[in-house]
Amino acid sequence: MPDLSSALHLAASELTLAVGALVLLMVGAFIGDKSARLVSILSTLLLIAAAVIAVTGPWGSAFNGAYIADPLAIYGKSVIYLSAAVAIILGDGWMKRTRIAKFEYPVLIVLASVGMGMMASSGDLISMYVGIELHSLALYVLAAYHRDDVKASEAGLKYFVLGALSSGLLLYGASLIYGFAGSMRFEDIAAFAVDHPSTGLLFGLVFLICGLAFKVSAAPFHMWTPDVYEGAPTPVVALFSTAPKVAAMVLIARALEGGFGESHAQWSQVLIAISLISFVVGAFGGLAQKDIQRLLAYSSIANIGYALLGIAAGTSQGLQAMLMFMTLYVIDQLGFFAILLSLSKSGRPIRRIADLAGLKKDRPLTAVALTILSLSVLGMPPFSGFWGKYYVFGAAANAGLWPVAAAGLVASVVAAFYYLRIIKLMWFDAPVDDVPTDKAPVEAKWIGWACAAFSFPLVILGLTWLEPLTKAASAGFGNG
Amino acid sequence: MVIGLTHYLTVAAILFTIGVFGIFVNRKNVIIILMSIELILLAVNINFVAFSTYLNDISGQIMAMFVLTVAAAEAAVGLAILVTFFRNRGDIAVDDASVMKG
Repeated sequence: MPDLSSALHLAASELTLAVGALVLLMVGAFIGDKSARLVSILSTLLLIAAAVIAVTGPWGSAFNGAYIADPLAIYGKSVIYLSAAVAIILGDGWMKRTRIAKFEYPVLIVLASVGMGMMASSGDLISMYVGIELHSLALYVLAAYHRDDVKASEAGLKYFVLGALSSGLLLYGASLIYGFAGSMRFEDIAAFAVDHPSTGLLFGLVFLICGLAFKVSAAPFHMWTPDVYEGAPTPVVALFSTAPKVAAMVLIARALEGGFGESHAQWSQVLIAISLISFVVGAFGGLAQKDIQRLLAYSSIANIGYALLGIAAGTSQGLQAMLMFMTLYVIDQLGFFAILLSLSKSGRPIRRIADLAGLKKDRPLTAVALTILSLSVLGMPPFSGFWGKYYVFGAAANAGLWPVAAAGLVASVVAAFYYLRIIKLMWFDAPVDDVPTDKAPVEAKWIGWACAAFSFPLVILGLTWLEPLTKAASAGFGNG
Repeated sequence: MVIGLTHYLTVAAILFTIGVFGIFVNRKNVIIILMSIELILLAVNINFVAFSTYLNDISGQIMAMFVLTVAAAEAAVGLAILVTFFRNRGDIAVDDASVMKG
């Protein structure tokens, strides 16, 4: 009889978040919308506490293998919780300025974080599905959070319909896998697949990958991404492009390498195809965009392609490269969105790329930060984005996937065009009008600068401690 | 005729396909999309329960319970989003959801 208290101790970080979210909901319900600031601060602290609990907690598996706390889950969770905390800080000020400040925003993010934590630690199909739905349901609401806005409610509706469809695909795949392998647990599925390779199992696996690819917005399942990124409130998009992606990538890695390590030859082909399509869609789709957030949507599609390439390699080096890439990417994205949130002209947020023209006159420091972040996302050495791609391409080449890595390189050269256009607009073009930008909100400005500072000089130091952490997190996965 | 696993799986596969087609082919009403999503989830439930009985393993039926719960929550969230959409646009036709394109 397994000990319940030790099982609960393993899952302490999710329990803290779940109970904390309920308490915060009560606080908000009693005090009303005035409590938005208080609940935001408490939720941020709660997420940081959950990250600390996850990092210091014990390792092991609980609930009959349904919940796993291993270095991979713990690493994923700390990135997820901390980026969700940053999204709450960014959102609090923005919501106030847009006059939609309500206490539900931080609570929804905490609830989504419970689901993302579950995704990172899921050891069987049931906990995987419950984790995915816990985070999706909260994110659907967040996408439509600005409820008087036509675009936001349309974004929410589109995200909901396509997200629900993807859950359906994933679930159908899960049912086939369960039926043909005879167990829900990834471990048992892997053990079964060793001596009984079956078509039904592969069929289910393909459905499962399709459903998960929807969640990370990898092409050809990306159709919701540009619309949701354009329509949803900016801090919510900052969350969308960071924490859920990390959670889903960790889940993909665990499900494929933990549950289907033997059929690597089959699923790596699917992932390579998805990666290649994502490169093309991300690089070429972004060229014609005028809206900054839509552009970032295509950029995220391309970047997810790189991260998937790390998993496709199927080695622990590939998994390490994926974790490294996602961490550096999350910091870049948070910086990008923080700067976007800090820029507005006469009370209106800057949305069009053309509005960035002449930014160097108005806000030289912000222009420098945005330049660093753009160069980083496009993969220019020695910025942080370069190191992420360096690890991924290195792992892919070592696993014999060098043609795909070369295609990724070409795609990142094409995508460089739209980042360089932003830089050119900021530094060399005259402003479109004489209206100066408004006073930047403190929190967004500083988060943006801090991320930019990490992205260039600090990344060299950061790599020295990220490297052993990601190595420990990826140990034991993949074949060599 | 004995009704075996294959029959259940076939029914589930047909329902699943109808659900997916309902989402993509339907050009009229968002409510129909919600119904299609429900159909997909129920098709999956048939699969889970059929496999569970066939394998003599309880976890498939536990999963079916979870799926039912999530389906209810999903319908609630979906309808809530639909209400905000209706308030802003005054219509819930699928073709109306096209402010953003590209």
